Amino acid sequence: MKEAYWEDTMHSILKTSLATLVAAGVTASSAFADGHALSGELKIISDMSNPAPRAVMEGLVEDFGALHPELEIDLTIVDREAWKTQIRNALGANPPDVVNWYAANRMRPYVDAGLFADISDLWAEPEFEALASTKGAMTLDDKQWGVPYTYYQWGVYYRKDIFDQYGLSEPSNWEEEIANCQTLLDNGVKCYTIGTKFLWTAGGWFDYINSRTNGYDFHIALARGEVEWTDDRVRQTFANWRQLIDMGAFIDDHQNFSWQEALPFMLNGEAASYLMGNFAVAAMRDGGLTDDQLDFYQFPVINADVDYAEDAPTDTFHIASGAQNMDAAKEFLRFVTSAEVQTEINGGEALGQLPVNANASIDNDKFLEQGFEMLSSNANGGIMQFFDRDFSAEMASVGMEGLQEFMVFPDNLEDILARLEETRQRIYQ
Amino acid sequence: MSSADTNRGWYKRNEIAITPWLFLLPAMLFFAVYVIIPIGQSFWISFHQWDGLGDKTWVGTANYERLLGIGDQNVDRKFEVSFWNNLRWLVLYLLAIPAGLFIALFLNQTVFGIRLYKSLFFFPFVISQVVVGLVFSWFYLPNDGLFDVITGWFGIDVSGGVLGNPNTATYGIIAAGLWPQTAYCMILYLTGLNAVDPEQVEAARLDGAKGRKMLWYVILPQLKPATFIAFVVTIIGALRSFDLISVMTNGGPFGSTRVLSFYMFEESLSEFGFRMGYGAAIAVVLFFIMLGFIVYFLWSMYQDEKGAR
Repeated sequence: MKEAYWEDTMHSILKTSLATLVAAGVTASSAFADGHALSGELKIISDMSNPAPRAVMEGLVEDFGALHPELEIDLTIVDREAWKTQIRNALGANPPDVVNWYAANRMRPYVDAGLFADISDLWAEPEFEALASTKGAMTLDDKQWGVPYTYYQWGVYYRKDIFDQYGLSEPSNWEEEIANCQTLLDNGVKCYTIGTKFLWTAGGWFDYINSRTNGYDFHIALARGEVEWTDDRVRQTFANWRQLIDMGAFIDDHQNFSWQEALPFMLNGEAASYLMGNFAVAAMRDGGLTDDQLDFYQFPVINADVDYAEDAPTDTFHIASGAQNMDAAKEFLRFVTSAEVQTEINGGEALGQLPVNANASIDNDKFLEQGFEMLSSNANGGIMQFFDRDFSAEMASVGMEGLQEFMVFPDNLEDILARLEETRQRIYQ
Repeated sequence: MSSADTNRGWYKRNEIAITPWLFLLPAMLFFAVYVIIPIGQSFWISFHQWDGLGDKTWVGTANYERLLGIGDQNVDRKFEVSFWNNLRWLVLYLLAIPAGLFIALFLNQTVFGIRLYKSLFFFPFVISQVVVGLVFSWFYLPNDGLFDVITGWFGIDVSGGVLGNPNTATYGIIAAGLWPQTAYCMILYLTGLNAVDPEQVEAARLDGAKGRKMLWYVILPQLKPATFIAFVVTIIGALRSFDLISVMTNGGPFGSTRVLSFYMFEESLSEFGFRMGYGAAIAVVLFFIMLGFIVYFLWSMYQDEKGAR
């Protein structure tokens, strides 16, 4: 069944690259495969269920299997959304060796329940220094619980042709941002499209405005429940946000749309930009925008005293604490974090995202190049994992609901903040 | 005689008393395992704080105190909203009964192709609730949706769209739910109308009854069993409204369309949930609300049977 699985669905792109990758892997593996051959069975459950990620995952397993012919690898791919609740059962009885999950606070329930294995020893190896940028996001209680395989930048994707038409340029500070927006509105174009039906898109706006207003450290302190929601600094964030809302910068009725349903506004030119993750680029290109029409800029400075902090959600691999084949699992983690493999799986034909390994190279894609440049040299404040991963689950769900309400009825702010503060006090008591 | 009795086996002697229990045993077993015991477990979990993974922590009635606002805390606002929405569902969903009756009366005639019309009217009940929800959410879409276009002709503009406006969203979903529910009530009444005694109708006609009086004094009393069933399924349907909400608004905008069952799901099983104790407490409250109706139904059925004897 496993063999049939691979043969049927193996992606051609990765197949062609197999030979080179294996060659690279063999030479590199002398560094990390310390002599002994791996054997037995390695069970992996992956949530990379969309077509391109699925091919990547199957390619990874095939390549890893080629490096370790004695090892029998059992790969199960679970629907990405379903996995968010299924992981609990999967890690319980008879757990697999390796699973996919997310960084930061999202790991908390499994770390607390002892279901993820502590892999601090892996992170102590010299090869892992290349992953330092996400070490913080993989750390809870001073230990590391997983490894990153990809991440992607967030930022403002905009219609360059519309900007050119009205003589606008990429803003670098808040005043320019607002001036640009006013010009667009005067010409009957909305500044930003957004779909808040599923709430999280509003979380992205909050992450950016809050970290640009008060800095990364304040944002993370708020996420940890150390700051009151009724704090004046939080109010300042909402006041800045409200400037845009009062201008009518966002499309109307956004609470009815998912993020995909909000895309046509940008494709039609009714809205000029979209604060989004890099995954939106594929959808925009599919929607007919060419690279000449589409461009990207980093979210502008609001408070000149704080450094840039960026949202870059990281997707990860973890070892279950009940893993049967710990050696093979750790070897697989070394494999997916190596520079060669990360270069390969994040290429434009594969995941189309950014490799975490600093020695990896990125694909020839203007958005990936800009994103890599931004995250590696212009995000000195820190890397945020996104609202729903940095904040605890309950705070995130109540919080995002409040953010959506604020975007529709900004006058309800006092009520919303009081509600969030009540929740914070209850959760982080 | 007595010696013959003792010669027979124990089972043979007690056959009359035992056999019914033997027949009931499988049903009782399954009812216990899948209904009674889980209800008990829900009660048990509702007294704990539990993330579904680690150890349960006993918190006594703290979950209920938070839910109902006992002590110095406010009533859980989400619970309040859900509760009132449940009431809206209960009341408005009952509109399906007169609507179903009306359509059934309308369709209870013999013209060419009546079977086709009947099946067309029954169609919404056959398709999945998820499909109904999707169709209606497109119907309600701001700007492009048919509903918005039609209300636009009369100069009415629901700000934010029907499902995006916290004042209208719940009613929009209930209207979507009424569509299949009306079909369900219609089919119940259609079968009921088949059982209406033609002689009574004839006799009433001779006495000069027609129109509304005929309906009220002759037809409706004979439809009482159908009305009862329609009432039961509609109440239960209103209380377990979940799929439409999940598909159409996902509880939004800002939680204004939550009902108790949806809130229970969100707290205990959704992506940001896994507060099992609190979810169980909501389930228990919902259980008692349902229990009120169930007891009433059982009681009135019992009364009916007593009367029939």
